[in-house]
Amino acid sequence: MSTDVTAEGGHGAVPTGPEVPTTPAPSVSRRDWPLYEVFVRGKRGLNHVHVGSLHAPDDEMAVHAARDVYTRRNEGVSIWVVKAADITASSPDEKDPMFAPSGDKVYRHPTFYEIPENVPHM
Amino acid sequence: MSAPTLDRPTDEAALQRQFEATIAADRRVEPRDWMPEGYRRTLIRQIAQHAHSEIIGMQPEGDWLLAAPSLRRKAILLAKVQDEAGHGMYLYSAAETLGADRADLTDKLIEKKQKYSSIFNYPTLTYADVGVIGWLVDGAAICNQVPLCRSSYGPYARAMIRVCKEESFHQRQGYELLMTMMRGTPEQRAMVQDAVDRWWWPSLMMFGPPDDDSPNSAQSMAWGIKRHSNDELRQRYVDMTVPQAEFLGVTLPDPELRLDPDTGRHRFGAIDWSEFKAVLAGNGPCNDERIARRRAARDDNAWVTEAATAYAEKHAGAVA
Amino acid sequence: MVGHQETVYDALDHAHGGEGHWAFGTGFDEPLAGVDTTVPDGVDATDLGSYCLMLGDDALVLAQRLTQWVTAAPELEEEVAVANTALDLLGQARLLLARAGSVGVLGRSRTLATESVPDEDALAYFRDPDEFRSTGLVEADNGDFGQTMARLLVAATVRLAVFARLRESRDPVLAAIAAKGVHELAYHRDHAARWVLRLGDGTPESHRRVQAGVDAVWPHLAELFTATDVERRLVAAGVAVDPADVRDEVREVLTTVLDRATLRVREWPADTPPRGRLGEHGPELTELLGTLQGLARQHPAATW
Repeated sequence: MSTDVTAEGGHGAVPTGPEVPTTPAPSVSRRDWPLYEVFVRGKRGLNHVHVGSLHAPDDEMAVHAARDVYTRRNEGVSIWVVKAADITASSPDEKDPMFAPSGDKVYRHPTFYEIPENVPHM
Repeated sequence: MSAPTLDRPTDEAALQRQFEATIAADRRVEPRDWMPEGYRRTLIRQIAQHAHSEIIGMQPEGDWLLAAPSLRRKAILLAKVQDEAGHGMYLYSAAETLGADRADLTDKLIEKKQKYSSIFNYPTLTYADVGVIGWLVDGAAICNQVPLCRSSYGPYARAMIRVCKEESFHQRQGYELLMTMMRGTPEQRAMVQDAVDRWWWPSLMMFGPPDDDSPNSAQSMAWGIKRHSNDELRQRYVDMTVPQAEFLGVTLPDPELRLDPDTGRHRFGAIDWSEFKAVLAGNGPCNDERIARRRAARDDNAWVTEAATAYAEKHAGAVA
Repeated sequence: MVGHQETVYDALDHAHGGEGHWAFGTGFDEPLAGVDTTVPDGVDATDLGSYCLMLGDDALVLAQRLTQWVTAAPELEEEVAVANTALDLLGQARLLLARAGSVGVLGRSRTLATESVPDEDALAYFRDPDEFRSTGLVEADNGDFGQTMARLLVAATVRLAVFARLRESRDPVLAAIAAKGVHELAYHRDHAARWVLRLGDGTPESHRRVQAGVDAVWPHLAELFTATDVERRLVAAGVAVDPADVRDEVREVLTTVLDRATLRVREWPADTPPRGRLGEHGPELTELLGTLQGLARQHPAATW
């Protein structure tokens, strides 16, 4: 077999060799819904915890979709949603080279792209 | 891409060492950490194909949603297919932390630039297929997925913990359906055996080609993205499944299948990899149908997506 | 009476909560297991069963229609939402059909289904179209996503108004089913309303399409508000809701939503006889039931 086929990653072996493209193509005509991060408080006395993300056209749809997807409509829980683009992350700690923002822009959510790309050689 | 800055560690080699130390210590890599480009790309490929497989995987069983033979079975199947949509979403979420974009990944799926598991290119001919998919296909998936709960990449590992929990429901409902059918009419028992005959070999192929035919596995193992070899996982699956088949009262379609008394493990016959390659290449019974459905979902409803965006823009700033 | 009602609620609640994260109805118990199904004094059991079929068939047929969107919906978020709605309605259908069966209303289904088939399945799978009591509103084809949401808006609004009143029913089983259902139906109605709003006030294309959807759904309002004789007798017995009583509330909700969505509100159709409730249906229902029932009928002696 010429390409690498990996079994791990779900329901069976699929080619994951370098010929499979990963770089996002520029979005064409469709206007994609923004990415929202979802935080859920499972029960009283606990903090809201980040559980994942989803796409929604606006805040109202986002909070309802979050309930549908991440809680299967459990009424008892509290949900926060926030546009991923509106999250400000902490300044990187110099002492921790794992946290190296100059090299990380491609590793973030696509919605984070805009800011660093406007800043040349930051 | 990683232009130097004045007040940050800029030594690529130092970052690389730090990354490797993290992996070696079995700690998790998180989205904003520095990571080698190859690691990031490999992860995107793997997570994207996994997400695609969940979404395409809704279809073979989804074909029976409208015709499920009891209301309870309909509710179970609907909940299961819905779970798969949820799994796809968790996984796309994880891929998006790496800089991928879900709409773009969907486009790559529809344009056949990224693949999904070939197991979903087989048709579901009877209702027993629903049970066998739960038992064998989801069972094999669990073997593949449990190790991923320890994936070196944090968001992927966390998504997998959630997915694995739900998959175990899926496997159990499948097996329970088969047990019920085996207690039913002779026609039902024949349906179950026929479905097992059709799905057994494809389920073994889910683990991928033999280890000596998987050139890049070593790198993925070193990165903590892959935890066990294809053959190792396949063997584990066979050992797990054979007693379940005996309990169920079905015959696995492999005359060479037997327990090796020395090792306590099962030996099994040779897998026909030409079939695997053909299905993977897009020549499976249902490849085109599966993709066409995703394309229709995207294209026929594009007006809905656009309308919601237009509404949001009009009402931006207003009380939600 | 209060004590008995509480038991019914607990039993339904347990059935819901016992399944971990999974949806109502995916466990092993039959829907009304553990529920006291005694018919209240002065209530005709056959009427009660027939009424449960009306409400149950609407839910079953609409659940089937919504399920057609699974693997075809716009965006994955909507895929999950539409499946949730279908699951809720399927759960309501099962409870109501089981209630009909518990009072012995099974029609001809029992002559076709074997003993091992539970009542809910005998009723869902082994009745012919003329024995169904659903309305044309839920039977009609989906159309596009706009029409589907327009139909869901109308259907959920009507059903919510009925269920809200049904919580006071003298049949404690029906009252408990209604109390569980109102939360679900409020969610369905609001979900549909959010979409009608966004499509109506979205792009010119979406406005045109959802207006066409609303217009296609509108004539089905005509048969929804006329009570059958069965309903009239049960209203007198304190069991059922007179559909005429919810007309104004439904009209107000729909008008408000459509206005906000910048959509034209067509003239309210004049009442017609409740044909669907009397067993008269178009070809859409026959086709829908053909798919729903085909496999179960091929194997009438099978257990699933």
